[in-house]
Amino acid sequence: MYKLLLCLRYLRTRWIALASIVSVTLGVATLIVVNSVMDGFTIQMQERMHGILSDLVLETRSTMGIAQPQWYEERIRARLGDTVEGVTTIVTLPAMLTFQHNGNSHTQQINLIGIDQKTYASVSDFSKYLLHPENRQQLSFLLKDTGYAPEREQLQPAGWEYRKPMARYRKATVDVLREQAEREQQRYQELQQKIKEQNLEDGTDTPSPAADSGLESIMAGPSMKLENKAQIKPFDAEVEQRTGIVLGIGIGSVRGRDIDNQVQDFFFLRPGDDVQVTFPNAGTPPRGIDESFTIVDFYESKMSEYDSTFAFVPIEKLQHSRGMINPQTGIGAVTSIQIKLKKGMDLNAARDALRDEFPPSHELVEVRSWRDTQGPLLAAVQMETTILNILLFMIIAVAGFGILATFFMIVVEKTRDIGVLKSLGASSRGIATIFLGYGVLLGSVGSGVGLICGLLFVWKINDIAKIIEWITGREVFDPTVYYFDSIPTMIQPFMLVWVTLGSIAIAILASVLPSIRAARMHPVEALRYE
Amino acid sequence: MSNSTTTIKPHFDLAKRAASYRVVHPEDPAPAPTLRVHPDSARDLIYACGLTKSYRRHKTSVPVLKGVDFAAERGKITAIIGQSGSGKSTLLHLLGTLDRPDSGEIHFAGQRIDSLPVRQRDRFRNEQLGMIFQFYHLLPELTVLENVLAPAMISKGVFSYWRNLRPIQASAKKWIDLVGLGHRMNHRPCELSGGEMQRTAIARALINDPSILLADEPTGNLDQETGASILRLLQSLNRDHGLTIVMVTHDESVAQSCDSIVRLTGGKVERLPTLGIAANSGTN
Repeated sequence: MYKLLLCLRYLRTRWIALASIVSVTLGVATLIVVNSVMDGFTIQMQERMHGILSDLVLETRSTMGIAQPQWYEERIRARLGDTVEGVTTIVTLPAMLTFQHNGNSHTQQINLIGIDQKTYASVSDFSKYLLHPENRQQLSFLLKDTGYAPEREQLQPAGWEYRKPMARYRKATVDVLREQAEREQQRYQELQQKIKEQNLEDGTDTPSPAADSGLESIMAGPSMKLENKAQIKPFDAEVEQRTGIVLGIGIGSVRGRDIDNQVQDFFFLRPGDDVQVTFPNAGTPPRGIDESFTIVDFYESKMSEYDSTFAFVPIEKLQHSRGMINPQTGIGAVTSIQIKLKKGMDLNAARDALRDEFPPSHELVEVRSWRDTQGPLLAAVQMETTILNILLFMIIAVAGFGILATFFMIVVEKTRDIGVLKSLGASSRGIATIFLGYGVLLGSVGSGVGLICGLLFVWKINDIAKIIEWITGREVFDPTVYYFDSIPTMIQPFMLVWVTLGSIAIAILASVLPSIRAARMHPVEALRYE
Repeated sequence: MSNSTTTIKPHFDLAKRAASYRVVHPEDPAPAPTLRVHPDSARDLIYACGLTKSYRRHKTSVPVLKGVDFAAERGKITAIIGQSGSGKSTLLHLLGTLDRPDSGEIHFAGQRIDSLPVRQRDRFRNEQLGMIFQFYHLLPELTVLENVLAPAMISKGVFSYWRNLRPIQASAKKWIDLVGLGHRMNHRPCELSGGEMQRTAIARALINDPSILLADEPTGNLDQETGASILRLLQSLNRDHGLTIVMVTHDESVAQSCDSIVRLTGGKVERLPTLGIAANSGTN
């Protein structure tokens, strides 16, 4: 009983020990904050990585692709049974995107993905990231009139609302040029006429060769071209669109700061613009095919790797252009089959089952899960978290030595009391229990306060970041670097438990030695101690 | 070299002390040979024979007790008297089982206690013994009541303590009232005067109803009047409760009021009749 009473009394009266426990508090709070933020980042990153990737992908490297996707799909469904939520076929290709901006031509490397717009949404969250609200419901590769993410001022105008005036303007520019060319031609003909008349008058009938071949052919150029165009009914950009393409937002825009230092996206491409995409056909050797597409939407998965390389087009268009459709059966080949599992299903087990179904030695297909695709990155983050935890626990260990020193001081200070207690009949074990119990109490109080502080910090982390920004004048999270408008956090109860228990354990360990010393104290010497 | 000087020093001190003793009391006879005590467990509550004890300091052992025989009669007050360094506190510590003698035996109520295992000696101290000290040795974090309760808490676990809280507290209050501190129950030791602290210590020593009280210079740190009142308190406890008291003191007048006196000189004992001291009491 006296142990409990004295522990509690010491806790209340020895403020120096509470000061030593502050280091434990800080350590615990830091561990909780760091772990929560790291977990938040990891989860958000995984979500984004997973965002437009399906759970499993069955892929071939062959140029021609998988010729009978239907057969594969049936085998997959038969093997995985009702764990499958959705299956879709896609064609992915390395490609080159070319567009005009400010009169200059720009080229960029992209991953061109041909998707089935009806089933693709069933395997990935892709549609969730589209800018146009209607496309989020059901993706269509037709350009909308307007309504592309109205909250993004920089993107407006977009859609037909943007395409029509642009087309009219271009047409007007062409008209002006044509009128100019026609006037030139007229003048030239008049000039010719005059020369002819003059020659007739002079009697020299033969015209000069230069005027006949060189000048005429040059001046006749524009008129020839215009006549040709008129014959094959020109593409009217004002009312027509090319095949739709959905680009990653990073392809069509850059994020930067405007003159007021506000973070803005600057769009050099908008829904309604036309782009040229060059990709290999399915022949051997492959040749580049050049196709024009009209941007019908952007997507923003906030995973910059995806946002700056992936472009989605209708699968039929790709199959048709590349010559992947079997002329006899009319079945289009695909390069990969994507599978989404039902929630909570074991990803690796499903992958292994498919690998077993399609052994790499027999089939030309490879089965991967999205984790495999992003494996190195996930492993790196995991490693980072582990190392950070080890380092921070070392800080708590340092705090442990602080407690050790303080405890030794307290034991020395309490020498006489230890002697008194022994003279009253307290056993050595009882004395040790007092100081051990004191260590447990201090550890619990320290880590308890640390726990509360850490949780409060995590809860208000964005406000705290704002305050730090205000004080230092520097942004903690630069939104041009991170696609986060706020710091993501994720509190895992298991982490809280082991951080708290771990630091209590360190406090107890640190109090073991002083307790043993106190217990071993000789009562007579302790009583004599001044 | 420095080592040897430090080892010699204690011997030198002792020699000097012995010399000064002779100078101050030239009329004293040479130390009489130690009287052999013939212990009688019916008469003597605690007795010891042939106790030797030496302390090790820097590899040299300094003998403090050199074969001491001692007995304290039941229900009597026995004073241990002697100069500083004569070993009287050491003897008291040995009697209180706070330390073990190098040789010799200590018996309490007919049972040998110096050779008991540590646990049993702890229990013996807790249940049979009360101790008070010159510097009171109260626990500064606890109130008067809690200080008095401490031995009861030590003897009982948390649950049995809570179960018996009422009787224990009642007896603590009884003792506190008895020593005259009923109005100071919830004060901290630092708020008390020296006499009050010693009274608290006495109440604490008595809470477990011990049969013997060991007092190490209980009045040594108090003024004459307070010391006298403490002494009266101890005498009344002896008289009313039959408490056996062994008291270490260097105050001859205090010793004089006791039932018997044991004089320690240079680690040996010399039993004098109470009245025999009277001649020397004035010189102290």
